Amino acid sequence: MLQVTDLHVSYGVISALNGISFKIEQGAIVTLIGGNGAGKSTTLRTISGLLRPRSGTISFLGEDISTLPAHRIVGRGLCHVPEGRMIFSNLTVEENLAMGAYLQTDAALNARNRDYVLGIFPRLKERLRQTAGTLSGGEQQMLAIGRALMGNPKFLMLDEPSLGIAPRLITTIFEKIVEINQNHGVTILLVEQNAKLALEVSSYGYVLETGRIVLEGPSKDLRANPRLKATYLGG
Amino acid sequence: MIEFLQQLANGLAQGGIYALIALGYTMIYGVLRFINFAHGDVFMLGAFAGFYVGPWVLRVSGLGPSYAGVALVLLAAMLLCALIGIGIERLCYRPLRDRPRIIVLITAIGVSLLIENVGQLVFGADPKSFPDLVIDRALVLPAWWGRLSALTITLSQVLVLGVTLLLVVLLRYIVNRTRIGLAMRALSLNPTAAQLAGVDLDRVIMFTFGLGSALAGAAGILTSIQQPSIDPLMGISAGLKAFIAAVLGGIGNLPGAVVGGVLIGLIEALVVGYLSPTYRDTIVFAVLILILIFRPAGLLGTVQREKV
Repeated sequence: MLQVTDLHVSYGVISALNGISFKIEQGAIVTLIGGNGAGKSTTLRTISGLLRPRSGTISFLGEDISTLPAHRIVGRGLCHVPEGRMIFSNLTVEENLAMGAYLQTDAALNARNRDYVLGIFPRLKERLRQTAGTLSGGEQQMLAIGRALMGNPKFLMLDEPSLGIAPRLITTIFEKIVEINQNHGVTILLVEQNAKLALEVSSYGYVLETGRIVLEGPSKDLRANPRLKATYLGG
Repeated sequence: MIEFLQQLANGLAQGGIYALIALGYTMIYGVLRFINFAHGDVFMLGAFAGFYVGPWVLRVSGLGPSYAGVALVLLAAMLLCALIGIGIERLCYRPLRDRPRIIVLITAIGVSLLIENVGQLVFGADPKSFPDLVIDRALVLPAWWGRLSALTITLSQVLVLGVTLLLVVLLRYIVNRTRIGLAMRALSLNPTAAQLAGVDLDRVIMFTFGLGSALAGAAGILTSIQQPSIDPLMGISAGLKAFIAAVLGGIGNLPGAVVGGVLIGLIEALVVGYLSPTYRDTIVFAVLILILIFRPAGLLGTVQREKV
């Protein structure tokens, strides 16, 4: 579904990604793990068109999207839930969801997606009229995911969905991520610092270190990898 | 008492015009986070659009001085100014979109000076007399207003207030109830998230410039109906006052721009009426300094926390 080949990205003279390549099959949950500054968010931001690669290709559904502007990429069914959630804090929950469906003109489809989002995140239903900035961190993350789902994605990229969220809600959110993948048929690329959790829900994983992929494999193998255990999984 | 109300009426009509210009400042600030210092000059170009297009429109349409004539000239000036605003953004600001804000700000001052000087070259520096789009007169107030019927309210004042109100309501509708309005609000809150939702930033920014500049164009016509002497530098003072109005109300805040505009208009009228016209600008600029010291976010603005 998504194939990234030899991607180089730099911020001015500082290079952030030094030729990474990876592949995501339709229907999978794939995770990209790594420490701070490894280039995880940069990878997602480049795929969604917020950053331009210096070289390399990004092929989505067989077409190169590396030169498309961000709003065109969303239109092809590739949605990105950015790090830090980036909800529209002064808009209501309802308006945030409407923004997610900005490019979707099919009213029936929008109504179905809205029902689905409010079904998996009932808390949002109670707070539709509320300003999004008044939601808790976990609720904001639900809203950010819900907003992306309103764009009717085929492929969803989640950047650190566990960041700054109460531990109890993290479990809920990860259950929903699996549900979105299995019952809603959305392929998912999950970026996480919480490697343990990410490797539990995913089927395949890539480990990123200072702009390079240093390790990859089925998630269950990575969970057992001694080197990874020592660095990311807390022994 | 009558004297006081008279000043209020005068101030309200002037304040409506400031409000229209201030809305453009604040809208453009909302999407691009910079002050478009050329905005006052777009207002001036609106007045000149009326000066050149007005007589022609009235003659061709066969309307002569009338409300329908005013409406036509108003629409023509708004359309022209919208195109000019869009052109300025496209040529001068878009190439600098990713540069530091200060560079765009200085460019805006440059654009402003350019328009003013080319304006003097093309239109001539001497004041021109604006054509009569309506025959202005003092309204005869109904007797049941009692003592208030002694007020002098002119047709143009009523016209200015009516049109201002209509445009503000229309703008409110666009911003709060339409898809592009939602995109404008989303963009001003978080450009990255707006892009990720599929918003084409270029298009929304273009629309915002068009809308803001159209309002400035309308203000140019309305001002000239009230004070029918126009010149290429008329945008400097009006632009500055409207900028102060936008800051007073809270920059980036649409209702704030209207409140700020009306307040500046009223303050000016009261200073002129009770102190001296000499102090008018002094007091208005003092208001700017005071608001920046004591309430930098403006009357209706909230202090934005810096994002980490």
